[in-house]
Amino acid sequence: MSKQLLPGLAIEKVDDRIMTLNIGPQHPGSGHMRIIVKVDGDYIVHCDPDPGYVHRGEEKMAEYRNYITNIPHLERPVIHDSCNILYPYCLGVEELLGLEVPERAKYLRVIAAELNRCVYIEYWLAIYGIFLGHSTMFMWPVGDRELLIDLLEKMTGARVTHAYFVPGGIRNDVPPNFEDVCLRQINYFEKRLKEYAAVFYDNPILISRTKDTGVLSREDAIKLGTTGSVLRASGVDFDIRKKEPYDVYEELDFQTNVLKEGDSYARSKIPWLDMFESCRIIRDALQKMPKSGSVRVKLKPKPKGGDTEVYRRVESGRGSLGFHIVSDGKPQPYRIKISVPSFRNLIAMPHLLTGEKLGNMPAVYWSLNYWPVEADR
Amino acid sequence: MSSADSTEIVKTDDSSIIPDLDKSLSDSISKKFSNIEIAYVKPDRIRVNVKKEEIIDVATFIRDELNFDHAESVSGVDYPEDKQIEVVYHLGSYTDVSLDKKILALATRTLREDTPHPGNDNTKLPSLRDVFPSVSFHERECFEMLGVYFDGHPDNRRLLLPEDWADIPPLRKDFSIKGR
Repeated sequence: MSKQLLPGLAIEKVDDRIMTLNIGPQHPGSGHMRIIVKVDGDYIVHCDPDPGYVHRGEEKMAEYRNYITNIPHLERPVIHDSCNILYPYCLGVEELLGLEVPERAKYLRVIAAELNRCVYIEYWLAIYGIFLGHSTMFMWPVGDRELLIDLLEKMTGARVTHAYFVPGGIRNDVPPNFEDVCLRQINYFEKRLKEYAAVFYDNPILISRTKDTGVLSREDAIKLGTTGSVLRASGVDFDIRKKEPYDVYEELDFQTNVLKEGDSYARSKIPWLDMFESCRIIRDALQKMPKSGSVRVKLKPKPKGGDTEVYRRVESGRGSLGFHIVSDGKPQPYRIKISVPSFRNLIAMPHLLTGEKLGNMPAVYWSLNYWPVEADR
Repeated sequence: MSSADSTEIVKTDDSSIIPDLDKSLSDSISKKFSNIEIAYVKPDRIRVNVKKEEIIDVATFIRDELNFDHAESVSGVDYPEDKQIEVVYHLGSYTDVSLDKKILALATRTLREDTPHPGNDNTKLPSLRDVFPSVSFHERECFEMLGVYFDGHPDNRRLLLPEDWADIPPLRKDFSIKGR
């Protein structure tokens, strides 16, 4: 046995300095996913996201059920945004079956989708707030979210998992006084949103933690194929509602929000700005909506698609959400692929976290508008 | 929602007018490559079937000449009767305003083995990761779900499935959910 050096004289090797950390899947800061990071002191030198802890095989399940019984389970990947995840599915099935949606249903769909977008963003904002140590920003959005959930409950009968959209329209019409209640709540909600600026977005602590952290350049955002708020915070003006309008978005008055900075602050601000636009859309839709009429076309039991395929996408709370539906003429789809924005934005995570300080991880991670359950499907 | 009412489903006319741009896009691809098949040209949706040997050339052409810059989705579809597995890349463009609505589906097929050994059998395709970096995670998902190994992808590892998954790739048609 060779003689050991005195402990104080041993020279540290580079490998000894690098430490591997498992963040998640139980850690509250990661959501239901694991991020394997290698750190050198305070800095992340390597990052390997490991999703899959909430994988439920939605795509496989969809092959066993017909187009109608697929509805309730396909919204499960992101129950806070359940209208928007069913939206491209319904558009796709309508294209397969050749259905024409009644005019009133189109407007009600837009209203439900926008309300749901706000519900999702509020929930996300609450989590973003709490992980930056801002507990007021947890309480406020969760409280205000209740207003919209009440509205959605009036519309759909369920607080969170609505299963409201069906191929050919929506499940049921809204109650008679819905329009007045909706308008009142939306106006109040918008007033509340403005107050977030003083407590959160103009807060010097938030700004110092998120400004210039995790900067994603315009070129990288395009190359990595990111979508939604991540893409628009990097200066690319791409919103499916404007670029490929579905249902009645073409007739409604709104704008898309684009920021050029590409840092965590810009990424956290875009969803908040989007909520103002959602309020605008809802008000406009309530005004232009036909006051009566049918909301759903009657379907045959177990409708069959042709021998073809469709790809339809919508702008969800996190970005472009696409459904690739392959049909072989049976009542069940042959294959459904859900291209979810969270999964598409996941690739930006190792790109942004490498070289960043470990303490900045929550600020960067949650700014990606990432929903682990949706990414896993 | 399966209503007992048996009203006939009204089929909308499928052969609506194809915009010129869609036509010119598909023409420029078929002019450049003789060996490919334009499966359909619908409004804003084009599908191109290519052989797997050619897919990198076609993808590079689509990126450089037609300005498609990212992949929206990569779906693997299993066809046991044809003994083939198909991989469809849905490509879109953020930079070219005229292509905003367009999705170009680039599809290719590879051999399907009845007893799969993912990574060690002939179910292989060239990876498009060097052409479109955005496909990296999608291809990893396709590898574990259908057992298609992507040559040239540096990271053909499990992504969503558990590490100890010992069954066949679950999105193949011969894998069935228990009890169904």
